[in-house]
Amino acid sequence: MDFLSRYDLLGAFWVTVQLTVFSAIGSLVWGTVLAAMRVSPVPLMRSFGTAYINLVRNTPLTLVIIGASLGLYSTLGVALVERESPTFIEDNNFWLAVLGLVVYTATFVCESIRSGINTVPAGQAEAARALGLGFGQTLGIVVLPQAFRSVVAPLASVLIALTKNTTVAAAIGVAEAAGLMKEMIENESDKILVVFGVFAVGFVLLTLPTGLLLGWVAKKMAVKR
Amino acid sequence: MRFTRVLRMSAAVAALGLAAACGGAGANADKPLLDRVKESKKLTIGIKYDQPGLGRRTPDGKFQGFDVDVAKYVAKELGVDESAITFKETPSAQRENMIEKGEVDFIVATYSITDARKKKVSFAGPYFIAGQDLLIRAEDNEITGPDSLNGKKLCSVKGSTPAQKIQKDYSHEAQLQEYGGYSECITQLLNGTVDAVTTDDVILAGYATQNSGKFKLVGKPFTEERYGIGLRKDDKAGRDAINKAIQKMIDEGVWKQALEKNVGPSGYKIPAPPEITEK
Repeated sequence: MDFLSRYDLLGAFWVTVQLTVFSAIGSLVWGTVLAAMRVSPVPLMRSFGTAYINLVRNTPLTLVIIGASLGLYSTLGVALVERESPTFIEDNNFWLAVLGLVVYTATFVCESIRSGINTVPAGQAEAARALGLGFGQTLGIVVLPQAFRSVVAPLASVLIALTKNTTVAAAIGVAEAAGLMKEMIENESDKILVVFGVFAVGFVLLTLPTGLLLGWVAKKMAVKR
Repeated sequence: MRFTRVLRMSAAVAALGLAAACGGAGANADKPLLDRVKESKKLTIGIKYDQPGLGRRTPDGKFQGFDVDVAKYVAKELGVDESAITFKETPSAQRENMIEKGEVDFIVATYSITDARKKKVSFAGPYFIAGQDLLIRAEDNEITGPDSLNGKKLCSVKGSTPAQKIQKDYSHEAQLQEYGGYSECITQLLNGTVDAVTTDDVILAGYATQNSGKFKLVGKPFTEERYGIGLRKDDKAGRDAINKAIQKMIDEGVWKQALEKNVGPSGYKIPAPPEITEK
């Protein structure tokens, strides 16, 4: 096992964690906006939300991320960081990967939240409207807070899936765990099983506590009806 | 209870199918290569499917490239007809495994001979010596070799030996973009978002041949990769037979012809044939 010390395992998993955290924040925000669109009274927003989700959710993630790199950056010339920076490629790839993960994961976040909205009794929204609250207020003050409390567990599943999906970022060269694994398989082809084992354990160490913690939070938060 | 019966039957069928699929390859895989060939007159050879000029599966299902030509020649020398060869894709990371499991008889797929790999498989050859080089746009005059990479952007395959070489020795001057395959690098090179693609020269020559006129090779290799034919560990008779076939291919001039046909049009200077060292 001593060959492991030649590789920066912690560094690679740290990039995985960073990818996960930034993408989680981004997709939570974008997913909530999408959910609001899907339940909004404006038909155009509803149809945009529906179209976006059905399109992106059914596109393979690898395609989304390679599309971000080859299409958005290389062909259309959209760079997300300073072009002259000496670490331009590395940083740009990282943020392109985050962008791709957000675009993709937000669809699942949106659908979870929308299912949460369905758990809020219609009477709540009706009461809010009777008090004279507009759509934004009804959603923001009354419905979403209750909806979020009931979808912590499904969102935890989405987060765990996201953690594992970050490995796709290796396809555009982000130096995260799966990227290092490829390098190790290339060099240590006689120890492939050990290499696989190490990375499998690494991911379990990331996802298992997440699941346990958020499962506990979900129980605490659930609205008792 | 009709439903459960159907379920049970389909489970049994699935299990049988799985057993057949797994057992199929391993039936006589334990015998040495030469005995297997003598018995079945068939060969399963591992190649790459996505490397133009070396091993490529064309859209109509044919195989072409230098590796394919070497594989066919060796098969012929072992007494196997071209029509009795089954080509199988062997992605880099799975090569040792597929040889050990007997899924392929041998592999001709830009397979560099290294000590780590020799712990798991045996090599015949080398049948070709490549070196890491740079592929640049045809109109580019700035990059003349590994010493003129200052501030340049390079592209290679994630985790591959050439990518690691750049990171180790040239990372302070050049930035490295990595992808899952070379075709993405070629797209970026065409778009101008990277300045050079780097890997073994003969692989680059294959891409230059495919996109004729758009790219050129720098032609100053800075590493040495010895391509061997991988086969089961310690199958000495098999290795000797393959070595003999390679030597004959070189002596008869077929070796050079195959290279000229597959990667010659790129302007790549075909090197002298290697000396067979894996004995």
